[in-house]
Amino acid sequence: MIRTIAVAAVLGLGITAVLAQSDPITERRNTMKAVGAGSRDGAAIAKGEAPFEAAKAQAIAKAYVDAAKKMPGLYPDSSKTGGETTAAPKIWEDQAGFKAAFAKFETDAAAIGTAADVAGFRTAFGNATKNCGSCHEVYRIKK
Amino acid sequence: MLRLRRLLVTLVLLAAVAFGGFYVLTDPRIVSPSPEIGTLPAPDLENGKLLFAAGGCASCHATPNQDDKLRLGGGLALGSPFGTFHAPNISPHTRDGIGNWGVKDFVDAMAAGVSPAGQHYYPAFPYTSYRLMPPKALADLFAYIRTLSPVEGRAADHVLAFPFNIRRVVGGWKLLFFEGASFKPDPTKSEEWNRGAYLVNGPGHCAECHSDRNALGAIVQATRLAGGPDPEGRGWVPNITQAPDALGKWSKEEIAELLKTGFTPSFDSVGGTMAAVVRNTAQLPEADRLAMAEYLKSLPAVQGPARPAARAAN
Ligand code: HEC
Ligand code: HEC
Ligand code: HEC
Repeated sequence: MIRTIAVAAVLGLGITAVLAQSDPITERRNTMKAVGAGSRDGAAIAKGEAPFEAAKAQAIAKAYVDAAKKMPGLYPDSSKTGGETTAAPKIWEDQAGFKAAFAKFETDAAAIGTAADVAGFRTAFGNATKNCGSCHEVYRIKK
Repeated sequence: MLRLRRLLVTLVLLAAVAFGGFYVLTDPRIVSPSPEIGTLPAPDLENGKLLFAAGGCASCHATPNQDDKLRLGGGLALGSPFGTFHAPNISPHTRDGIGNWGVKDFVDAMAAGVSPAGQHYYPAFPYTSYRLMPPKALADLFAYIRTLSPVEGRAADHVLAFPFNIRRVVGGWKLLFFEGASFKPDPTKSEEWNRGAYLVNGPGHCAECHSDRNALGAIVQATRLAGGPDPEGRGWVPNITQAPDALGKWSKEEIAELLKTGFTPSFDSVGGTMAAVVRNTAQLPEADRLAMAEYLKSLPAVQGPARPAARAAN
């Protein structure tokens, strides 16, 4: 009985992994959309349109950090084109640079979570969001 | 027999006249005469710096693969259907840059597309837009560039296919497509609109990327700013007219925000060659970003060329 459950669990895990791997393009686009949503919340706080709250700052930092950890693994060779991907060929030509860009984004994003007030938030958010343009400049092409 | 000979002579004569006509018409002094400079006040370095940012000069002329965008040593390769251009050294180095130039040389280059030696420049150098800057503004820009560090070394020569490797041919191109006047404000429009029109069409040279081009590389005026393939052949540059699927639904403030932070209203962040443009427009005063947005909001909705369908999965 226990064994059956264990096997089922392993199979289940396997299936989830296969599902995730089968459509890396959708997954990475959704991951980036979550980063976009976090940026909407962040910009509202930075511009004073929404109040600063530590919990919100932490949630934005987490959305960015999670994406930075997950993204580099979503670019298998089989996913260079297809769907509505805007991934540039440069991602596959320069894997090291692509990973380093996400590592830097992760570091800068983590600082958002430690902001104690709106001034600190504005600085950390400004630094982290400089990474959006500089990474998209090199690793993204709208076809 | 005699008749044939006469015909031949006539043809040769005609060809000579046509060639002579081409030669005269493509003379830089005739097809793109220099603007009158007159007497200029002392240069305004702040304005020069602003125009340098708005013009994105560093995007093409900064020495590649180093971080100091004010080292204008040139060398960046610019792809095109006609071959590869290399942005020259425009630092104030006397031998390798433009350190020996006078204001007139600079105004001729920027407003008429003519070099100090009297040759045509290729429109890969967007003087087609920069010419809207009046001599006073160009003198400010020149004075600012002269405050930067001289950088040694010359860029590689352009690598162009025949007949594009002959500069004189650009004279024919100018005859067809180049208009050499500086910006004329529209008195029926607000000051803000005029400032925006000047920045977008002049120093900002937005149309140089955001427009489709004909077989000879000239902007198709009917779909100006309505998007097209990237001039260097990588990807697509979006429509920024008021078409409903372009900037029609963006507010003036949202356009100004993009020019400051790179964020679109849906919180995507612009990339590709626009990322460098945003780094530059972010340095302008907020009033100038709003002026550009005001002008863009006044444009008609134009449908651009069809965007190629996303490539199928392989
Ligand atoms: C280190 C690289 C990197 C960083 C940093 C980065 N992105 Fe991205 N982003 C990408 C790539 C690559 C894509 C293209 C995804 C694809 O189609 O494969 C993308 C796509 C997107 C998309 C489009 C998703 C869709 O609908 O297809 C949005 C929105 C986005 N990014 C927002 C942001 C924002 C906002 C930031 C900064 C807070 C950011 N990104 C930071 C690499 C990055
Ligand atoms: C899109 C790229 C691009 C941008 C942006 C650009 N240039 Fe250039 N520029 C060029 C190219 C290419 C040439 C060479 C043209 C030729 O050889 O015919 C050039 C030539 C020049 C020259 C002539 C240099 C010489 O040695 O004869 C000057 C001066 C110059 N640019 C100044 C500027 C200034 C000032 C700006 C900003 C307002 C600017 N450029 C922006 C591409 C660019
Ligand atoms: C060097 C080429 C270049 C120049 C010059 C340029 N752009 Fe862009 N622009 C682009 C590209 C490429 C994109 C698409 C960016 C992306 O892939 O995210 C873009 C995107 C945009 C967008 C976003 C449109 C959308 O639907 O998301 C706006 C708005 C815009 N540009 C305005 C301007 C303005 C205003 C200027 C002049 C000050 C300008 N651009 C000059 C290349 C350029």
